[in-house]
Amino acid sequence: MTLRLAPVAEHALLVEFGETIDDATSERIVALDRALAAAAPDGLREVVPGMVNLLVDFDPLVTDHARIEAAVRDCLTRPVPASAAGTRREVEVCYDSDLGTDLSAVAEQTGLGVDAVIAAHLGGDYRVRMYGFTPGYAYMSGTPAAIQLPRKPAAIRGVPAGSVIIAGPQCIVTTLLMPAGWWVLGRSPTRILTGDEDQPFLFDVGDAVTMRRISRDDYERKARREDPA
Amino acid sequence: MTTTRLRITHAGPHVSYQDGGRHGMLRFGVPESGPMDCTAHAAANLAVGNPAGATAIEVSPAGLAVECVEGQVTFAVAGGGFLMDHAGTRGGVWETRTLRAGETLRIMRGHWGSWTYLALAGRVRATEWLGHTATLATSGFGGGLLATDGEIVIEDSRAEPARERSFPCPVFARPKAQARVVVGPQDHRLEPEALSALLDGVHVLSDSYDRMGVRLRGPALAIRDALSIPSEPIVAGSIQVAGDGVATLLLRDHQTTGGYPKIATVLASDLDQIVQLRPRARIVFKAVTPARAVEIARQQARTKAMWLDTLAHHA
Repeated sequence: MTLRLAPVAEHALLVEFGETIDDATSERIVALDRALAAAAPDGLREVVPGMVNLLVDFDPLVTDHARIEAAVRDCLTRPVPASAAGTRREVEVCYDSDLGTDLSAVAEQTGLGVDAVIAAHLGGDYRVRMYGFTPGYAYMSGTPAAIQLPRKPAAIRGVPAGSVIIAGPQCIVTTLLMPAGWWVLGRSPTRILTGDEDQPFLFDVGDAVTMRRISRDDYERKARREDPA
Repeated sequence: MTTTRLRITHAGPHVSYQDGGRHGMLRFGVPESGPMDCTAHAAANLAVGNPAGATAIEVSPAGLAVECVEGQVTFAVAGGGFLMDHAGTRGGVWETRTLRAGETLRIMRGHWGSWTYLALAGRVRATEWLGHTATLATSGFGGGLLATDGEIVIEDSRAEPARERSFPCPVFARPKAQARVVVGPQDHRLEPEALSALLDGVHVLSDSYDRMGVRLRGPALAIRDALSIPSEPIVAGSIQVAGDGVATLLLRDHQTTGGYPKIATVLASDLDQIVQLRPRARIVFKAVTPARAVEIARQQARTKAMWLDTLAHHA
């Protein structure tokens, strides 16, 4: 695995661990993210994990690329902090067919029945790899091979907030009404944008996630309660 | 404590509430947002005695018109070569004045510039999201867009005629047709001639220009096998190249990650001047080393801080 450090404008350094997405690369990203948080160099503004890399943003009035690079290299030689294991979170999902609008299409394309698709999705070992696209979109790895499908040829408009969507090995619980070319398996009342001042986002990168099936009644009750309006 | 109320008689598209920006949440998919031109935004706020990052109103060339229905408030308009008409007196912006009940204020497109800022002495009422009123245009989170027939409310408003004066636009707040860049981080993912096409060619800002970014017209930038790169973090100023070879300069409301290769990144310290260019303006890119980029940022910060300081202390 080759390490590549690239300057970004006058205020950031991109630290790249390789070119392919795999668990080993992700673990290194999370470990460096936690190490930088534990021993923040002067002038560090923010660390942004990506799929194979991590952006280290800094204040150019305080530090520069060379000092940040030295701090990154120093962190890489240190043992991985215990916090790199992340926290286990739970996402509740209702798989009723009017909410999981692509369940039957996924069943057809994978040759599995609808129940087997749901069972496979519930059995996934999910890990938050990065946030991207739009606020609160946490890209999780861990969708089981049996139900991995490429994206749809074109995005579908108006996919509601709370949709549980998959594409390839990835899974997202959406936070906004947005177009999506991913497959919609269900709907979750679990809010990723929590509205809580102390912890505005449910996940941090590196967290492990378990899906738990809930009934329609449960979903409706929780969706109402969680509704910020 | 006094409250001043302004009725919005006209608000064009892309007119929004913006405080200093929502920094430090890129890791959660949240871009900085905040003013397109931070220098002008800070100048307008400081000129009326507000903190530099207070909530002000970002006005696009589509303009804004208000009528003061209650109270009185000192205001400043700064940014671009916009025009304003205050109570029947027409002139340029970069001015501090006082708006009184019954008076109108109209801010209009002028000879140059894409964004101007209306700061009002006091606390402008606007919805916060994640502790900031900065509007993220793509989701509407934050203070949001202003709408015709709506209202602008200024709490603890102040009328301070002693602050009234003009403060001419400094050279470093004028639009700049040369953007300095640090090459990369994915220049190696493009054909070698792509970089010379970027640096030697003349590019033009297209009409596809909003708070997310501006698409450029110019020589095509040949990409190699770069369309399958894993999504990675983006910053404001990233120049990303899509599959058709068209470059887009990403701005304040950029997506926080993306899979298109970024050939170069414009210095953050140049962005305030770049965003004041208008569609069809020419732009060239000049490469500087990372060390030189840091020097430039420090020089510019010193110059701006000195000027902003004189604005803040003039009462």
